[in-house]
Amino acid sequence: MERADTERTIRVLVAKAGLDGHDRGAKVVARALRDAGMEVIYTGIRQTPAMIAEAAVQEDVDAVGLSLLSGAHMHIFPEVLRLLREKGGDDILLTGGGCIGDEDMAALAALGVGRLFGPGASTREIVAYIRAEVASRRAPT
Amino acid sequence: MLGTDLDRIIAAFTAGDRRAASRLISVVENGGAEAEAVLEALYPALNGAPRLGVTGPPGVGKSTLVDALVRGERRAGRRVGVVAVDPTSPFTGGAVLGDRVRMGDLTLDSGVFIRSMATRGRLGGLARATKEVADVLEAFGHDVLVIETVGVGQTEMDIATAADTVVVVLSPESGDAIQAMKAGLMEVADILVVNKADRPGADQLVRTLEADLAMRPAAVWRPPVLATIASQGEGIADLAAAVGRHHQSLQRSGDLATRRLERARGEIMAILRDRLWQRARGQLAADVSAWSERVVAGRATPYAAARALLAAFLESVEDKA
Ligand SMILES: Nc1nc2c(ncn2[C@@H]2O[C@H](COP(=O)(O)OP(=O)(O)O)[C@@H](O)[C@H]2O)c(=O)[nH]1
Ligand SMILES: [Mg+2]
Repeated sequence: MERADTERTIRVLVAKAGLDGHDRGAKVVARALRDAGMEVIYTGIRQTPAMIAEAAVQEDVDAVGLSLLSGAHMHIFPEVLRLLREKGGDDILLTGGGCIGDEDMAALAALGVGRLFGPGASTREIVAYIRAEVASRRAPT
Repeated sequence: MLGTDLDRIIAAFTAGDRRAASRLISVVENGGAEAEAVLEALYPALNGAPRLGVTGPPGVGKSTLVDALVRGERRAGRRVGVVAVDPTSPFTGGAVLGDRVRMGDLTLDSGVFIRSMATRGRLGGLARATKEVADVLEAFGHDVLVIETVGVGQTEMDIATAADTVVVVLSPESGDAIQAMKAGLMEVADILVVNKADRPGADQLVRTLEADLAMRPAAVWRPPVLATIASQGEGIADLAAAVGRHHQSLQRSGDLATRRLERARGEIMAILRDRLWQRARGQLAADVSAWSERVVAGRATPYAAARALLAAFLESVEDKA
């Protein structure tokens, strides 16, 4: 059945970057996105920027949700964004979460990274943001 | 997507652009007129690459096994396309597709392309969508295609039968074998694998499966039962060898050609059924309502209604032809 572009199922890659081993937060987000009707490609822990960008391209996702705790966000987010663009995925939304200060958030936003969520963010907020942002990117300009 | 846009993506695909391949997979997966156009453009590039189906209950180690098998193919210099299908939640329409977790190290290998797919409640259409995604990966220049599906019911089995060789994976964990036999998985298996052979009960499961197979009538190909420890790469070489032997057997006996003919036949029939049904349903909806009232009022049987409706439909088709 043919469907309008705006109705297509939203696909999101959820990855956990950095060396720390646990991925509870990423899994909670993955399940929330699934419960909101999205297809979540879950790639697991210890993903490098190159792996994340390549998987996002192979899976043709609308968004990448990146979870990291390790404090390497000023390296990892820009690197994923650069690699996504290099691979032709400049229309893919890059969002995520971690303990990121306001100043860093502003700097990342200036580079083109989407909204980043702190540890206290509700999954409902994250779902609503991804849905709205993907819809606006899909809408014909 | 505009026609010219699609042409541009197809051109990039032909030039080896991975992003374009990924976009075309989405187009094909989403179906419709664009999907047809894409398949028409790509069909000439299909060369009959071997297709391996890997199926079995959740958690038995299918993805881990696929990862190990793909590494072996890569060492032999073959490019591999992987389609990994997981179920869509019937309640939310969403899905968590987690097969890549076990294939992480293959992500950066340019000779491997992995695509996760959700079942999307497609019923009979799932086998076709999966096959068509594999078609795109084959046209992109992959020498081998691997399709992983969760084998718990009829639709999943249909996907498995879209492969040339079907590997059914079980593990010693309780109930797998009984579940598999109930679901008819044993019948579609060309090769049976007992994975997690490091766990207690593996030998027993191998014997149970062998006993079951021994009761089958003699055939050109006798499905072997192999024990593996996918997480440690054990038994993978034997499994790869068995897959190779099965493919040779298919070629020698002429069954490969037969299977592929049957598959093509099935595809055409399914498309015809869909198209006919869509057209008939749209055209007859109002009349069906009218007839329903007559049936409820006891003035016609459902059979008489269907007979009259079918006659009217066929007549309208003839008028247009
Ligand atoms: N003990 C043991 N665990 C395994 C083996 N193969 C896979 N696993 C584990 O089984 C779990 C499920 O594996 P996965 O490949 O995702 O299974 P799938 O759902 O069938 O694709 C993972 O934790 C694997 O690490 C094995 O041979 N032995
Ligand atoms: Mg799996």
